[in-house]
Amino acid sequence: MNTQDQVIAIIAEQALLEPSDVTPDSTLESLGIDSLGLVESIFAIEEAFDINVPFNANDPEASDFDISTVASITEGIERLKAEQS
Amino acid sequence: MKRVVITGAGTINALGHNVPDTLEAMREGVCGIGPLAFRDVERLQIQIGGQVRGFEAEGHYNRQQISLYDRFTQFTLAAAREAIEQSGLSFTDDLSARSGVVLGTAGGGVSTWDDNYRAVYEEGKNRVHPFVVPKLMNNAAASHVSMEWNLRGPSFTVSTACASSNHAMAQAFAMVRSGMAPVMVTGGSESMLCFGGVKAWEGLRVMSRDACRPFSANRNGMVQGEGAGVFVFEELEHARKRGAQILCEVAGFAMTSDASDIVMPSKAGAARAMEGAMQDAGINRDEVGYINAHGTGTAANDKTECAAVADVFGPHADNLMISSTKSMHGHLIGGTGAVELLACIMALRDGVIAPTIGYQEADPECALDVVPNEAREASVTVALSNAFAFGGLNAVVALRKH
Repeated sequence: MNTQDQVIAIIAEQALLEPSDVTPDSTLESLGIDSLGLVESIFAIEEAFDINVPFNANDPEASDFDISTVASITEGIERLKAEQS
Repeated sequence: MKRVVITGAGTINALGHNVPDTLEAMREGVCGIGPLAFRDVERLQIQIGGQVRGFEAEGHYNRQQISLYDRFTQFTLAAAREAIEQSGLSFTDDLSARSGVVLGTAGGGVSTWDDNYRAVYEEGKNRVHPFVVPKLMNNAAASHVSMEWNLRGPSFTVSTACASSNHAMAQAFAMVRSGMAPVMVTGGSESMLCFGGVKAWEGLRVMSRDACRPFSANRNGMVQGEGAGVFVFEELEHARKRGAQILCEVAGFAMTSDASDIVMPSKAGAARAMEGAMQDAGINRDEVGYINAHGTGTAANDKTECAAVADVFGPHADNLMISSTKSMHGHLIGGTGAVELLACIMALRDGVIAPTIGYQEADPECALDVVPNEAREASVTVALSNAFAFGGLNAVVALRKH
C-alpha cells in the first residue's frame, strides 16, 4: 500500500466510511471528522509511519503540516518521513 | 440557612509555599512556569510546567509518612496545616464529630501509579511496596487531613477533572450552609507532573510548548501546574463567637453539566453556571467586580468563556475584570479552583486584582478587561471563580467581601 492508500485507510476508518468513499481531495471536514477525530487521525498517522507530526489543536495552521485534504496530508507525511529518517 | 465564611487559607504551588508568598507573586505578576525537572523529561514533547520547587518530602514528613503520602497528599497536608493554623480551630468533642473534609483531585496519586508501573513493566520487578494502594487512592489526601486534625464528620473526595476543587468547595459550602456541619475543610490538590502524567496530556495536542497566554490572540494551549489549596469554611456565627479572623464570605455556587461533548466547552453550560451561582447567592450581576476565569489558554476555552461572560453580564461585562492566574501557576487540574480562590480573596480583602500575565495580542473573541500583565488596585465586593471541566461539568463559586 502506498502512503496515500494508507492515509485513505486511516481517514476512512475514522470517518466510518469505506476507503472507496475517500478521495485525494476529500477534506476531513467534508468527511465529518471533528476536532477529536482529527487528533485521533494524526495519532494513527504517527503510529503508522513512525513520525512526529507537529500539530497543536489550538493553532492547526501554525505548523507547515497541511491537514486540509488527504492529498496534503500525504504530501506532509512524505516530507516528514524524508526529514525524520 | 446559615451564612458561611472563610477563616483560614493555605496553599503550596509554583508561586509559593504559602498564601502570603503566593499572593505576593500574583501581585507582582511572577511567572512560576519553567522547565520541568523529573526522570525521562527528555522523552516528552512538552517540557514546561508550573512545578513546585524546593519542597522535599524528607524535610516535612518522616519515613513512615513518606511511604504513605503521595506528592498530592504531601501538598494537601502542607496547605491544610497553614489554613487550619490560621483559623485557630482545634477539633475536639462535638466540633470534631460534626466537622469534615471534602477535597478535589482529578488524578490522585499519579506519580505513585507512574513509579510502580515503571517498576513492574519497565524494570520487570514482581513486587511492589505494600502501601501502593493506600498511597495512590484519590481519597488518601482527605483521609490524612481527617486523621491529622481529628475531623470525624462528612469526609470524601470529589473528582471532576478541572472542576474538582470547585465542586468540592461547593459541596463543603452547602454542608455548612445547611447546618449539617459547623466547619468544613475543603479545597483540592494535584500532582501530575511526572513522565506519565505529562505524556497523557501531551496526547491531546492542547498543550503549549512555550507559555500559558490566556485570552491573548497568540495563545497556543495550556500548561500544567501542581500544588494544593485548602480552606476552612465556617458558619458565620460560629466564627463570630470565637472572634475568628474572616477572610471573606462564601455566598453561593452553581453546578451545571453541558451534556454535549467530552472535551469541547459549551457557552450555555458555562453561562448557566455563572447565572446560577449569582442567583444562589442573591447577587445582582452588576455587583460582580471580578471573575477568576477558568482561562486555560486554549483556543476553545477562552473564547467560549468570554462569550459566556458577555451573554450573562450584558453591558456590565465591559465593567468587570476577568483574569486567569493560570498564566502564572499553570493549570493545577483538580486543584486549580482552590489555588485560584486565593486570587478572589485577594481581590475582595486586599483590593488587588491578580493579572493575566503573558498577554501579548488582543483577541476580538476575548474582548474583555483581562487585567493584562500587571495587577491592579480596585475595590471589589463580589467575585466569581469559574471552573469548567472536561466532560462538560461546570462549577462556579460566588464570594462576597466581609
